[in-house]
Amino acid sequence: MKLLRCPVNGLRPLSEFLFGGEVREMPAAETAADDEWADYVFNRQGEPGVRKEWWYHTASGTWFIAERDNLKDEFVRTYLYSPGATAAEAK
Amino acid sequence: MTERLPPQRGEWIDRSQPLKFRFEGRSHTGFAGDTITSALAANGERLLGRSFKYHRARGVYSLANHDVNVLVEDRRRTNIRGDVTPLWAGADLQPVNTFGGLAGDRLKIIDWFSKLLPVGFYYKAFHSPRWLFPFYERRMRNIAGLGAVNAEWKREHFATVHDFCDLLVIGAGPAGLSAAVAAAGLGLRVVVVDENQRPGGSFTYQWRNDAAAAKLLDGLTAAGVANLEIRCSTVAAGYYADHWVALVDQQRLTKMRARSVVLATGAIAQPAVFANNDLPGVMLATAAQRLIHQFAVKPFHRGVVLTANDDGYRAALDLCLAGVNLEAVLDLRQQPADSDAATAVKKAGIPIHCGQAVTLALPHRGKQGIRGVQICPLDAQGQPQSSGVRELACDGLAMSVGFAPADGLFYQAGGRMAWSEELQQFIPKSAPDGLFAAGRVNGVYGYEQEAADGRRAGMAAASFLSRDLPSTPVDAERPRLSPNHPYPIFPHPTTKCFVDLDEDVHYKDFVNAAQEGFDQVELMKRYSTFGMGTSQGKLANVNAIRILARIKGQSVAETGVTTARPFIHPVTLGHLAGRGFHPHRRTPMEGRHEALGAVWMNAGDWSRPAYYARKGLTVAAAIAEEVSAVRTASGLIDVGTLGKIEVNGPDAGEFIERIYTGRFARMKVGTARYALMCDESGVIIDDGLVARLADDRFYVTTTTSAAGAVYREMQRWAMIWGVQVVLASATGSRAGINVAGPKARQLLTGLCDFDISATAFPYMSVREGQIAGVNARFLRVGFVGEWGCEIHVPACCAAAVWDAIIQAGKSHGIRPFGVEAQRILRLEKSHIIVSQDTDGLTNPMEANMAWAVKDEKPFFIGQRSLRIIGRRPLKRILVGFALPKETESANMPKECNLIIADREIIGRVTSVTRSPTLNQVIGMAFVPPERSQPGTPLRIRLDNGESVTATVVATPFYDPKGKRQSE
Repeated sequence: MKLLRCPVNGLRPLSEFLFGGEVREMPAAETAADDEWADYVFNRQGEPGVRKEWWYHTASGTWFIAERDNLKDEFVRTYLYSPGATAAEAK
Repeated sequence: MTERLPPQRGEWIDRSQPLKFRFEGRSHTGFAGDTITSALAANGERLLGRSFKYHRARGVYSLANHDVNVLVEDRRRTNIRGDVTPLWAGADLQPVNTFGGLAGDRLKIIDWFSKLLPVGFYYKAFHSPRWLFPFYERRMRNIAGLGAVNAEWKREHFATVHDFCDLLVIGAGPAGLSAAVAAAGLGLRVVVVDENQRPGGSFTYQWRNDAAAAKLLDGLTAAGVANLEIRCSTVAAGYYADHWVALVDQQRLTKMRARSVVLATGAIAQPAVFANNDLPGVMLATAAQRLIHQFAVKPFHRGVVLTANDDGYRAALDLCLAGVNLEAVLDLRQQPADSDAATAVKKAGIPIHCGQAVTLALPHRGKQGIRGVQICPLDAQGQPQSSGVRELACDGLAMSVGFAPADGLFYQAGGRMAWSEELQQFIPKSAPDGLFAAGRVNGVYGYEQEAADGRRAGMAAASFLSRDLPSTPVDAERPRLSPNHPYPIFPHPTTKCFVDLDEDVHYKDFVNAAQEGFDQVELMKRYSTFGMGTSQGKLANVNAIRILARIKGQSVAETGVTTARPFIHPVTLGHLAGRGFHPHRRTPMEGRHEALGAVWMNAGDWSRPAYYARKGLTVAAAIAEEVSAVRTASGLIDVGTLGKIEVNGPDAGEFIERIYTGRFARMKVGTARYALMCDESGVIIDDGLVARLADDRFYVTTTTSAAGAVYREMQRWAMIWGVQVVLASATGSRAGINVAGPKARQLLTGLCDFDISATAFPYMSVREGQIAGVNARFLRVGFVGEWGCEIHVPACCAAAVWDAIIQAGKSHGIRPFGVEAQRILRLEKSHIIVSQDTDGLTNPMEANMAWAVKDEKPFFIGQRSLRIIGRRPLKRILVGFALPKETESANMPKECNLIIADREIIGRVTSVTRSPTLNQVIGMAFVPPERSQPGTPLRIRLDNGESVTATVVATPFYDPKGKRQSE
């Protein structure tokens, strides 16, 4: 079983976590075209590489972001979400 | 006849503890420390098993769990691996897969007509007529195979243990022990595991007559290092992510999380391939040495050693010391060996023949052993020559032609191996961080070199874990002279030369498979089944790859390897099953329900009363009585499993408005509203109540099954939106009791400390007060269609409140009701249950709940999608239906029965029940909008293929104006 580093609780076994899907920006609901909105709702990025993903530490109720290389199945880094910040800006 | 030798130094048997046992009815005696196989060999049993397909005679081969020649069963278990299973007193053992005993196995005749049974034969021969294939297949499975499963088995429990260490060393041989001692000396908490019953690895059979080796082993196993633990009889069976290793012993599965791992699993001695190389008497030299040194058993009396390395010469010396008369040592190499061992063999007067191979083992009559071997000289290319063939009489042959690394775990860990042409074996090329290979698996041979390589790996693991330690850049010291012969394979024109003993795959099968086009290593594995037996090709894979490489005229490196998967050795299902710890949630009223005769049902992790059994009442009648009590008097139900979330903070109203489809921001304090939740695609995912306790304090309920997910999603959205709310889940800390019925208000009046009259406590309001002296929240609800009040109290006081309500309700005909009654009651009111009356695609319009969606507000989850959906024509809609009053139970539809029109499926039933109140079968179904008008007939297809006709009716079925619930 893999280990995952919760930014609050440290390195914990994967069984304590839930996967929360890819981190995606919601388009502006008022102005987005139907196609754009449908793409946001239904399509997911499955391309190999480093992906930003939501993970939830169930024991403590902590949502955070993990960057995972889905080709090597390795976690690159994890950090707490900060509103409005992109991954590049988050430390 | 006993073959037991006088006491050997370091032997594993305890001669003070004799163990009596039986094999095929014959009485024998072994000792504590014997395995089944060693005890049988000690008692002069040579014929120990029959092979999987051809029922050929088999005996000791590796004595190391690398073959399954010896598979036995007692009355309880089958397929017991004799090589590694400790003997026990009173064991009554039978071989598996024989028809009339080992010696008289009637199916040994299969070996005679095996020419008709080439690889893949039954796919070809029994292909047509197709309907007969199952018959042939059954026959075949009966003939070929392993032991019969005991259908009278009793469940055995195995524990699962979680354990942690700094360094896990797998293999307690020279390299592993040295790594462990080195790392423990640097302060690491080290655990060493070894599948053998004693530590020492090759020390315990290959170097027993070497005084320096014995001294080194004593030093490495000397007790007294507190942070070093050696676990024997423990198999590292599987390697998973981040150094998580499954350790299996007799009693338990240990899930070991190591911070680093040294893999010192050694190498597996490989057989030579020649005609009849599977007969009893032919064995690996290491097996002969294990018999002598570990179990003090003489492997045979008159022997020949076939070798291609120094290990074979040392084995010859060991055999001599054990009293075996050696006819000759045959060295596959052309040059005479120049080593101490070879010199000693020469000194002992044993003839050494260089450049000679065994091409055929000569069987006894009955093929149950050998009477000699046919040998012949090899040319410079290693090909047997036709001239100079002769025979040597012997009853045993020990083979030492090379090794293959025990690299299964290394591959599982994500390591890569590369073929070394110099060493003629695969050696590690790259390893994941924290994994270090040492010793023979790393291509290092000789106990001193292995020990040095182990120390290097142990230090490397320590410096990996601690930056304070210097890294150790020393390289592994690999031998200049490889112990591995490049092609110890000598095909015979007429007699079978076995490559995989487990699966009875012989040389010709490879040639045939390649001719048929299965000439890629993974294809050939599947077609010929080499490597697919119990031992997973431990003795077969390398030779198979060599054969394939030669057939294709390419190198071993180009040919490649098959994928190594868990487990390294077979693991019983009981070990994997463990004890099964699943969370099970019970409400504080559990004991009360039990006393009232509750029949339980599962709702997620929770147990809930489905109904309360009553003496003399059928299930349906008991449920009907509960329904009737609620409709005519009063009832109470445990609703503590509902999700309960407190939403606090200045943005709480705004937050809830974004989460749910309705309007909540301007709700008056003290009121409650129905709330519907959609996902981003506009599909209904949950419903519940939102109650406002204060301007900045809301109390939200969710369905039982979605409680966790709703709370999680609320947390995530609160974070993304950056709103000022604090969420607290009260699902477990608060219990809930719903009291409902026309007499419910009356019975609660005396218990509550506030005015619960219709004006003071109207429908859809919330109050905080006390009941029976306990602080509680009261929600005036109507889910079941009568005056109702959900009372939420701290879980610790819930049973007392329950008792108080029952006590007060006695004069009001109160009756506890279960989930079944509640489902009927709500269906009579056509209140939906999310995920029963909705599915993974249902939007609010389809559920006929557009009224709960307030599109005029700026945003809620799913709003944008619902706008798109709303512009399109509705595809289906949830309607109520009823069947004629006289409908018999047999003709009652079930949930998910289909609605058919013009031979097409047009909808399905989502809920259906016989309403005790209306005395009629009612239900809800999805239908196309054009068939949703009351009065429309619906043809419902039943499970038995018959149809019944229902009629769409207006909903709710009961109390359409909702006067009773809202009064």
